[in-house]
Amino acid sequence: MAVKDRMSGNEAVAFAIRQINPDVMPAFPITPSTEIPQMVSTYIANGEIDTEFIPVESEHSAMSAAIGSEAAGARTLTATSSAGLAYMWEELLLAASNRMPVALALVNRALSGPININCDHSDGMGARDTGWIQIYAENNQEVYDNFIQAYPIAEDPQVHLPIMICQDGFITSHAVENIELLEDGDVKEFVGEYEPEEFLLNPGKPIAVGPYSVTNYAMEAKKNQADALKRSKEVILKVAEEFEKISGRKYGLFEEYRTEDADYIMLIMGSAAGTAKQAVDDLREQGKKAGVIKLRVFRPFPADELAEALKGAKAVAVMDRTESYNGNGGPLGSEVTAGLYRKKIMVETVNYIYGLGGRDFTVQEVYDIFGELEDFIENGKAPEQFQYIGLRK
Amino acid sequence: MRTDISRINEQTPHQELTEGLMVFAGGTSKYFETGEWRTRTPILNHDLCRQCMVCSMVCPDSCIPLKDGERVEFDYKHCKGCGICAKACPFDAIEMKEGR
Repeated sequence: MAVKDRMSGNEAVAFAIRQINPDVMPAFPITPSTEIPQMVSTYIANGEIDTEFIPVESEHSAMSAAIGSEAAGARTLTATSSAGLAYMWEELLLAASNRMPVALALVNRALSGPININCDHSDGMGARDTGWIQIYAENNQEVYDNFIQAYPIAEDPQVHLPIMICQDGFITSHAVENIELLEDGDVKEFVGEYEPEEFLLNPGKPIAVGPYSVTNYAMEAKKNQADALKRSKEVILKVAEEFEKISGRKYGLFEEYRTEDADYIMLIMGSAAGTAKQAVDDLREQGKKAGVIKLRVFRPFPADELAEALKGAKAVAVMDRTESYNGNGGPLGSEVTAGLYRKKIMVETVNYIYGLGGRDFTVQEVYDIFGELEDFIENGKAPEQFQYIGLRK
Repeated sequence: MRTDISRINEQTPHQELTEGLMVFAGGTSKYFETGEWRTRTPILNHDLCRQCMVCSMVCPDSCIPLKDGERVEFDYKHCKGCGICAKACPFDAIEMKEGR
């Protein structure tokens, strides 16, 4: 029996952690993810869970402790945002290369500078090549659901990789929404016990984790890690299928919203997908064939699947909530167009940058973007690439 | 899942290596012959050695084994030639020679 409640995104993640009752949580507070370790600490203090909380002195230590604890055989997680994730940089790569299924609740916030505490995806995108699985959420329900699916994905023997469950800072982390929670028993059964085959604290069965690799082994290790990330795609889908059975909620690599016959599609991640869907509903009423694809799984990047999903469109707006400082657009823009090109699907794409440092992204702006796409196709007026939405000029 | 380290070498295809290159076995560092790194080699002058065993205690790589209360020959398979033993020896009984 599902339980109806209302919660903020941070509360929802903390509630999922309570239901999972992981073994260890090293964490250091940073806005806007601070509430997650705070609420988990409260659950621990109240005796509701027996997670070992390690109050570390930095995020660098948080991720180091997470790797050590996971290697020791304990199911481990942490939470962070922005500069906290940046400070974990070195260890993020190690968690992945050491094949540790750590979970991280990332509450997306801008990276400095200018210093800013609000939402954009520059932290998560900055860590996009660290070898972690990254799953993004539109709302509180999704971040809760994604968190419950995190360990079954990460700990799958075909995967053994760390996983980031991302949500938009403040927009979903602090906004209270209706939510449907699973029963504790159902979550426990779904996530199961963590029973690694090999781990450090295993008397009589010693192991060495993260040994030095000379040149003749490094490429082979990286290939194996890359293959595991590739394999995780199937596992993500399999876990989503299982999750649907207990929740009734369906998840894939991305969500296609009114795209069946769409001429114009907006590809977007995170909470702004809700804004885009509202605009598409309005445009549909005016007879415009608009649709939205909301990317859920950014790593592994579903390049082929996205290309197939976009091939019927006349033009696509690819929305990046980060500035990549490369003169060639955002990560989503670059990666999706590379996927289209390889499949020889020559759909027009326009890459937009929006919502930096918490800048509002409005329904009106979505109308305008779809208007530009239409003008592009109907009148040949190519929109400016990489333009900033809502910029004062 | 235990690792037979004797079956892994620089010709092993990637599919046969362990996850994260983890070694599921104990005491395998002895197979890693760090003595190959050495550019200077400690040589013991037996006439000067008084068996005080200071060298054995200061060796960071445990390359000066003890047997029956005496230090025995260097473990050249693992000695990296750092020279700490030569510096620490109170009787100048250890000399660092260039080369391996």
